[in-house]
This record gives sequence, structure tokens and C-alpha cells, in this order.
Amino acid sequence: MHPAARETLLAALDAGWADPRRLHREARAARRMLDQAREVLADGLGLRPPEVAFAPDGPSAVRCLLEGLRYAARRRGSRVVASAVEHSAVLVPGRHEALRTGAPDAFVEVPVDRLGRVDPDAWAAAVRAPGTVAAALQHANGEVGTLQPLADAREACRATGVPLAVDAQASLGRVAAPVDFDVLAGDAQSWGGPGGLGLVAVREGTRWLLPGAADPDAALHGATRHTPWVPLALAAAEAWRQTGAQLAADAAEAFELVARIRAAAAAVPDVEVVGDPEDRLPHVVTFSALYADGESLVRAFDALGFAVASGSACTASTLEPSHVLAAMGALTHGNVRVTLPLGAVAPGRGPQVHSFASAIGDVVAQVRDELGARRL
Amino acid sequence: VSEAPDHDRAPASQTGADALVDARGLRCPLPVIRLAEAARDAAPGTVVEVWATDPAARADIPAWCRMRRHEYLGEAPTGGGHEAYRVRLLAPHA
Repeated sequence: MHPAARETLLAALDAGWADPRRLHREARAARRMLDQAREVLADGLGLRPPEVAFAPDGPSAVRCLLEGLRYAARRRGSRVVASAVEHSAVLVPGRHEALRTGAPDAFVEVPVDRLGRVDPDAWAAAVRAPGTVAAALQHANGEVGTLQPLADAREACRATGVPLAVDAQASLGRVAAPVDFDVLAGDAQSWGGPGGLGLVAVREGTRWLLPGAADPDAALHGATRHTPWVPLALAAAEAWRQTGAQLAADAAEAFELVARIRAAAAAVPDVEVVGDPEDRLPHVVTFSALYADGESLVRAFDALGFAVASGSACTASTLEPSHVLAAMGALTHGNVRVTLPLGAVAPGRGPQVHSFASAIGDVVAQVRDELGARRL
Repeated sequence: VSEAPDHDRAPASQTGADALVDARGLRCPLPVIRLAEAARDAAPGTVVEVWATDPAARADIPAWCRMRRHEYLGEAPTGGGHEAYRVRLLAPHA
């Protein structure tokens, strides 16, 4: 978490503890703080405060985007289009819905190219199909960093009257916020805020409604019927202010650090760096090493003090490889993913990246040795 | 030329491939390592069939072909219980 957001969170434990629905003095203060937080976030997204609501976390925010679009359009159709590399909060409920209704066409996944990007023509063709009521495309992929062509995608959606849901969980606070969306979801952690707070933006005029009884507290909750714990919302707003002010400089530095990791990984034999090298998030990098397993790589880097993730099957609870890597035709085993924290969160990230980059070759060789996979 | 273990093994000739790699029950990256070991000693043009149960093989065998410049021929029908992937080895590599 951003240090200033941490300070705000601690102060808000004393000042913003009350239930903002109540009428007493402390509650009214908490209500004002919640409204202020909403204003800050709305302003950062170019929206008005009533267009911004909250969710328990990023994935819940993403899930409810499509729930609301589909429910609001239930009399017109049920077909939903999504890219094949969306977050599982989009893909899992979408596939489940298609299975449940026995209509495989109810959820259509648009393939991506080797860089992980949807083809705008394939996207346009998919959203044009009759009965389509919603489309979901991420701003950027959180595993491989590739940015999606949101402007083209939204134009295709508008041409046929399909609202576009944009998952910005990986990108808010790291690159300029997207403008091409009808509904948008984010996670406060991406911009240096606390965990446990998702953001849902519903642009005015969008037909969006969650199933269930009408909400008597709609003015307080916004569209999602979720009231966050006020200290979380305040800390998220403070993080947004701080991160927003530093965004360009932080992103430029992170972009170069990731370029350093990409170059070091690409120099190791039989290692493939995944995702778009240029049109990408500044702070995310993924590479896959032939003849190595993701779990051993993660453990070996951990032993050296580097916290990395992996999209390899052996590191997943399901024992399935990352659907993102598979959809891109990338190697799924021996996968390592690095997500750089904000500079304000990890002031030592520059030197750490340089020592990480220098360690990649040795770690990969060590893991291949353990598997007896040399001279292949 | 077969790298298959002795148990449950079908002769490669039965599958129509020149060599069979039986990687059933092995988890990633072992199926690809077994395939690479078979490729190391095989002549260009050899068609290798890999039997695997690991779901990662479906992505990783085509990816190995792309990275090592071999030709991925696709999946062959099986009696079930495992998948069969076909690869044509194209050129010797260092």
C-alpha cells in the first residue's frame, strides 16, 4: 500500500469508523468522508460521483459488471462476448451460464493473437451477432501486460448498441485510466490502495441493474448496493491522489525496469518472453523457460528473496495452466510472472530488478539441472 | 527410436508415427522433456507421437514446436484416457 494511504487508513480508524447510514455526528462525518472518496475516484475517471460505486474486491467488481448488463437486458437476449484472455471473474461465470442454460452460444470467447491482443475485426464480428447484450474486454492483461484496442472495440460495440464492460483491475494507477467503456471495474490495490475494495463505474445512460429487490439506500450505495468500510474508501482515494500525481514518472521508470527483465530473460537459451514488448502495462512481465517447471522456479527465486508468480499448471490449485498463456499459444510450463510494485510502495525496486535480472540465467539452469534436462 | 516406458506400450507402427513417446501420467514439463530427448537422437523428418494426460501438453507441445522450429501436425484420435500429439522433426539443432 502507498505509505500515504496507509497513514490515511490509520487516521480513518479513529475519524471514519462510524456507519455512514446513521444520523449521529460521527456517522455524518463518516458519510462525508465516503462521499469525498467517491468524488476523488469519480474525478480521476472523468465521471460524476453517482456513476461510481464500490464492491468487496476487484474480482467481485468485474463479476457484477456483466451481471448488471445481462440482467438489465434480459428481455432482449442473453448473448455475451468476451476476449479469451479475460479474468476468470468473467470467463468462469460466463461459461457456467452457457452450460446452465444449455445455449453454448450464450457466451462467446474471441481469440487473441500471439501477443494476447484481440483482433478488432473478429471482435466486431462477434458483437454484431443477434442477441448480443454485453461485451467484456480488459484494459490490459494482468498476466502478460498487453493493452487491448479499447477504442476500436467500443466503436464496434456502439455501432450495434452493445454496452462494453472494461476490466481495469491491472491498469488503474499504472497507465492513464481508460475512457472507452460503458461500465468499468477496478481494484484499489492496483493504484496503491488497500485490499478489500473494488470499484464499479456505470456511465450515466447505461442500462445496468443487479437482480434483486430495489435498494432503499441507493443514494449511499450507488449501483452496487455495497457500502465499503469507510477507512478503506478513504485510503483508496488518498492512494489515487498520490499515485495519480506520480503516474507518468513512475510508469516511465517501471517500463524501463521491465524492459531490463525482458532483455535478460530473452538472453537465456530457450526462454520466451510473452506479451507485447511495447504496447503494454509498464510494470508486468512474463516469461516461460522450456524444460523447467514453474513451481521450482518460483521457489528458487523465493529463496533468493524475489517474490514472483507463475501461470504454470503445477502452481495452480486446479493443475490447469494459465488460460491466458494457452490462448496466446505461449509455453505454459516454466512460467514466471513479475508484477512490479509502485515506486512509492517499494523504493528499492530499481536495484532489486537489476539483481533479479542477473539471477534469471542461473536459476533457470539450476531448475533444468534438477530435472535432468540439459543439452536438449 | 521409441522413448516409451515398457508398460502399456503400443508399437509406434500401430499409431502410424515413426516414434512414440509415452508421457502418460507425467506432469509438465516432463512430457516436453521426454519429447525433446526423443528429438535429440532422431533424424529430420521423423514423425513423433506423444501420449500425454497432462492438460498443459495441449499448449506446450505446439509451443515447443514453434520455439524449436519443428512442425506441429495436430492431435491424433485415441481410444480415450489420454491425448496423442503428432510432431514432425524438421532440422537438427544444436
